[in-house]
This record gives sequence, structure tokens and C-alpha cells, in this order.
Amino acid sequence: MGLFAKITRNELRLFLREPLVAFFSLAFPTILVVILGSIPEFREPSEALGGVTVISLYVGIALALGLAMLGLQFMPTVLASYRERGVLRRVAVTPVRPVTLLGAQLAATLVMALVSGILVLAVGKIAFDVNLPGQPVGFLIAYLLCGAGVFAVGLLVAALAPSGKAGNAIGTLLFFPSMFFAGLWTPREVLPAVLQRIGDFTPLGAGERALHDAAVGQWPALLPLAVLLAYVVVFGAAAARLFRWE
Amino acid sequence: MTVIEVSNLQKRYGDTAAVRDVSFTVERGEIFGILGPNGAGKTTTVECVAGLRTPDAGTITVLDRPPRDHELRRLVGVQLQEGQLPEKTTVREALELFSAFYPEPADWRALARELGLGDKLGTRFAKLSGGQKQRLSIALALIGDPRIAILDELTTGLDPHARRDTWDLIEGIRARGVTVLLVTHFMEEAERLCDRIAVIDSGRVVALGTPAALIAEIAAEQRLRFRPSEPIEDALLLALPEVTEVRRHGPRIEVVGKGELLHTVIALLAGRGIIAADLRVEQADLDEAYIRLTNREPLAEER
Repeated sequence: MGLFAKITRNELRLFLREPLVAFFSLAFPTILVVILGSIPEFREPSEALGGVTVISLYVGIALALGLAMLGLQFMPTVLASYRERGVLRRVAVTPVRPVTLLGAQLAATLVMALVSGILVLAVGKIAFDVNLPGQPVGFLIAYLLCGAGVFAVGLLVAALAPSGKAGNAIGTLLFFPSMFFAGLWTPREVLPAVLQRIGDFTPLGAGERALHDAAVGQWPALLPLAVLLAYVVVFGAAAARLFRWE
Repeated sequence: MTVIEVSNLQKRYGDTAAVRDVSFTVERGEIFGILGPNGAGKTTTVECVAGLRTPDAGTITVLDRPPRDHELRRLVGVQLQEGQLPEKTTVREALELFSAFYPEPADWRALARELGLGDKLGTRFAKLSGGQKQRLSIALALIGDPRIAILDELTTGLDPHARRDTWDLIEGIRARGVTVLLVTHFMEEAERLCDRIAVIDSGRVVALGTPAALIAEIAAEQRLRFRPSEPIEDALLLALPEVTEVRRHGPRIEVVGKGELLHTVIALLAGRGIIAADLRVEQADLDEAYIRLTNREPLAEER
């Protein structure tokens, strides 16, 4: 096993040792789908939603939820606490560069998100007959781009937060409005037009829109993909510039 | 052979000068101590040597390379004062992972046994005692089989027993042929372990030499305490070449100096018909030496 894989495995192991993190990132999105899927009306095609079922929408929203919890709350907390506790400094005096540890943490976060997402899709398909994405390649691109956008925002939080606790607090503050625009409380598709428009420019609103497009078999629209790419570039560059190693 | 050379090092943080002028060399195979009170600039100095900070002025070479040379990360093992690990990492995982960082690591199992961590491999970092965390930290500093080990405030916070065990460990490290740069604020630790010591205070080297030489220099100092039968001016005492300092404690006088201090002071007093009542003569001890060198009160824990 290569060094990067070893460090990533170690980061994954540490993720799984936090019961709250493991539960909310791996199981909670699926539990949300199971709860909503148990409501009979949510399994019927809805005219207000253009003929799709509510539960099929929530499969996409649950994927965004997994990315948001991991990318906005858990990953920044871990990285900020690594700085606070001197873990980054400890690594800086070894042949491994601290940026490698940061990369491994991102990789571990992505693995957690993928496992959580596959679980959501599988349960949606098996338990509630939600079709798998009609445009799988577009769906994967939308998912990875949404993940990258959210992680870039999370990295900027980690770059600026002075401690693990502060990182978690800032992440949580961003989490709620982000998930509102992704449609966690009311699906984006039934939000008033002006809120939809605002949501199009948030990472999770754009992400959910792109995921929804691909789920129903279309290529994701250009706007959400461009918005996500902008988040990756702008927030990623800001995080790279501002990240403090100690 | 010189393995570390520091000359005229300076480092400021904003308006505060942490290191004003520090120079020393470390020879291969020795234990070199940097001794001084808290805030003297010791940690900043070794952080510059370890490549973690960039000096404002002065030069440092480590194994003939600049301290930031990436090759040195393999050749120099560092134990940091505040280098922690994730709370839920076990001792085994930390040792395994860090040994994977190096191209030719030491055998981590043997290292763990040697450092008394053999039965703690499954224990998480957060559950280790202070002494065990320190030993793990030493193990991680040695895991790359380094040629130089930099150890910062190794025994701070340890109980006396654990401190003595750690000293044995350091001597073991030297016996393996590793050069050790040791930072401490314990005079006793420096005296016991170090071949040579640089005493740093307020960012400057105030003394440099073998422990025996430093102590000999200070131990030559004596102090007299007495109650004069008649008042006497400080200036008269200070005019004697042997006297370096006069302090008043109510009716009592304390005179500090070197050489034939007792004889010259008594002669001066006798010439003026003054009797020195309750006369006490004291030689400076190690704590005294340290205070004299650094001009500061020791911390309570150092007593």
C-alpha cells in the first residue's frame, strides 16, 4: 500500500471512531430516505413536481446532505483541530509534507461521502423503487463537482477557523442555509422562483439541481455546473492562500 | 565534526525580539543542552534549527545543509513541545504510520519496547499518561533512525521518577550514536545529561561550556551574611575588588563576591572597628548559578 493510501486509511479509521460523525455521515441520509419513503403519498408521482415522486427528489437531497455534513462540518473540524493540536506541525518535521495529510483527509472524506451516497441510492432503489440516475455519467460528474465545491468551502473554513470547535461552529452555521437551498426542508422544485434563483448560486442548491437533472436522464444544465466550478476555483484558491499550518 | 552550526541568529515576532543573538555549534555524538528560563528564546532557536521557522538574521547549517532542506526531515528527528497526535489514534497506529513516513525506518516494535510502550500499543493517545505521551513522542522522533534528535522540554510536567527514566533514555539515544540537541529549563537535567550547555537568557547566549566548567565558574562565588555592629555604606564594600554585589535585608547585609571575600571584608570592617555579628558564609549552589546566569527568579517547580 502506498504512503498516501496508508495515511488516508488512518484518517478513515479516525472518522469511524467518532460515533456521531460515522452515524450522521454514513447512516443519516439513508435514514432520511427511509422515513420519507414510508409516507405513501411521497411514493406517488406528483403533478406539482412535474410527474416525479417526492421520494425520488429526496434521494438527490440526501446525497447533498451527506456531502454537506462531511464537507462543511466534519472535515473543517478535523483539519482545524489538527492545526490547534499541533498535528500539522508534528508532520511538518517528518519527510511527509503537511499538505499530504490534508489531501489524505480530503480523500477520506470523499470515501465516506461515496459510501453514504451508494447506500442512499441502493436503499432508494431497493426499498422505494426510485430509478437509478438516468444519466449516470452526468450524475457522477454532478456529484463529484458538488462534492468539490462543498469541500472547497469547507477548506476555507478550516483555513480560517482558529480551533476545532470554531471550525465546527462556522461549518454548522453554513450548513443550515446551504441545506435549505438544497431543499432539505422544502424541495427546491417547489420553492418560490426568487428563492430558486438564489439557490442556483449556492453550492448545494446548484449541486442538487445538477443531480436532479441527471437523475431524470438529462445532462445537467450548464449554469449549476459553472457555479460549482466557480466555487471550487474561488474558494479552493482562497483556502490555499489563507491556510495557516500553525 | 560539527553537525549543527548556528551563528548570530535573530528572530522577532512583531515587536518582540524572541532571539537577539544566539551562536553555538554542536559536535557529532554529543548531547548539547540549551538551558534557560521560560521565554528566553530556547524553543524559537530550536524551531529555526528544525526548519519550522525562518530566522530574521544569522545563519544556520545542519549537516552542512540549510535547515529547510527537505533531505533533513529524514536525517533529523524532532520532538516538539506541543506536537500532539489525534486523540483516538492508538500507539501502534501512530508508530506504524510514522515509520511509513521514512525510507529506512527503525524497527518500531523494538523502539516501543525500549521506551516501555510495549504493553500500550493498543492504547489511544488521549488515554496515555503524560510520561507515556512523552515516550511516544520520543519514539516518533527516533523512528526514522535519525542522525540528530532535537528534543524540546522533554521532561516538563513529568514526575521526578518519570524524569529520571527519561534521562536514562536520552543516554541510550546517545549510545546509539545519535547527536542530541536538548532544550530544558532544569539545571539539574542539563548537568546530568549534557556534554555542553548554552545558557540562553532574553534571546542571548549568556554562558557556554561544559556543565563542570559553568558550575566551577559560578561556584567560585561566595556570599557573606552578617549584622554590622555599626552602619556601613555600600560604596565602601563595593570598592573592594572581590565584591560584586551588596544587598540589604533590614539590619543584615549580604555581600556577594569571589576570591578572598571573607578576609577582605572582615579586614575592612575591622579597620573601622565594626564587628560582623551572626556571620554566615555560603557557597553558591546550582540553583544560585542558574539565577546568577539568567538574572531571574526560578519558577516554583524548579525549586
